[in-house]
Amino acid sequence: MPTFVYMTSCDGCGHCVDICPSDIMHIDTTYRRAYNIEPNMCWECYACVKACPQHAIDVRGYADFAPLGHSVRVLREEEKATISWKIKFRDGREKNFVSPIRTTPWGSIKSSADYGAPTADALNSQELAHEPEALKIDALPALTPDQLKLGLV
Amino acid sequence: MFTSNPFAELSAFIPPAVMQTYIVVMIILVAGGTLLDVVHKKSAKYFFNNWRNAESKGTRQVSSGEMASLAIQTAVVEGLTSAEFCNPHRRIAHLLTMYGFLAYVITTAIMVFWYPTPATPTPTILPLLWYIGALMVCIGGYWFWFFIRADVAAEGNSPFRIVRADLFILSLLASVTLGLVWAYLQAKGSSWTNLLLGLYLIATTVLFGSVPWSKFSHMFFKPAAAFQKRVAEANGSRSNLPGPADKPAIFGSARRHPRHY
Repeated sequence: MPTFVYMTSCDGCGHCVDICPSDIMHIDTTYRRAYNIEPNMCWECYACVKACPQHAIDVRGYADFAPLGHSVRVLREEEKATISWKIKFRDGREKNFVSPIRTTPWGSIKSSADYGAPTADALNSQELAHEPEALKIDALPALTPDQLKLGLV
Repeated sequence: MFTSNPFAELSAFIPPAVMQTYIVVMIILVAGGTLLDVVHKKSAKYFFNNWRNAESKGTRQVSSGEMASLAIQTAVVEGLTSAEFCNPHRRIAHLLTMYGFLAYVITTAIMVFWYPTPATPTPTILPLLWYIGALMVCIGGYWFWFFIRADVAAEGNSPFRIVRADLFILSLLASVTLGLVWAYLQAKGSSWTNLLLGLYLIATTVLFGSVPWSKFSHMFFKPAAAFQKRVAEANGSRSNLPGPADKPAIFGSARRHPRHY
């Protein structure tokens, strides 16, 4: 079920535009509000639904097989580190879910820009960017040459 | 310059009655444009349908006293402090623009109606507030236009790409900027004064005359939407959102460590 935007709730902050992996959430040119430009290309990942600080994004079924009346609403509570889902079916049934979203305070994770630029030596390292610091361990286990097959190292 | 009334100096060329008529026409254009917008887009119909819908889904009745309290909260929180914006930069820019615009418009009307000629000396505070208001609009408006606007910050478009949604902010910035330049040139006695006055009037007419096509009326619609949101929260319908998580100690930060990897 692709997403859509309640225009009166949207404040045009652009969070959904930033987060959409399919690049189909855009800002309209008449009202500067977000909208899904291509619902049939929506991955249905609901990243925009979860990211929207105004609860302005909901999802809907395709009109040809799912008549209106259902809804999927999301409440993200950063201070509690939870996300709640309210699924309403066409026949009136409701299902409510609460899930944890993280174990650390909101905003505490460093972004890539917060790490120093890698040196040229990093190209020869087996570790990926920001490892092992970003993994919160001292060192990653690595095989020594004598542990590898003869002739490969 | 900052303490002299630019409209009193202008009265030597344009009679005060003409200036006053212009302001009245602008007020009529804003009121008429907003009404036209409401009728054309069926905003009022949508608002009341939503209202009835929220009321029918509510779990409790909101008393009239509570409703009045919600209206005051909306006016203070969402109206006076622009609390709806989650981005603090955007909120500051909006507050600068909003209060700057109010100071600019109100002092313009006071100076034109009560102190239209040098014969009635203008209190220093009025032109000072006019300039401060105009500068606040410029700071907040250009900051928004070049850096904060979603078209630029999120979409990555050039700040110089202009679309219909920009009509309000652009005409506002043009009106205020040209007004400042006109007042400066008039104080200096420049020969460009009349040209700038003409441009200032054009920009101002576009700002107030384009209400049905621009975002000008958001200043009336947004508080209504914010009020409705508060009422939906109070009557339990919560805009159909799930209730707040009631067991954060289990579901939130104190959860068990994952063991599946």
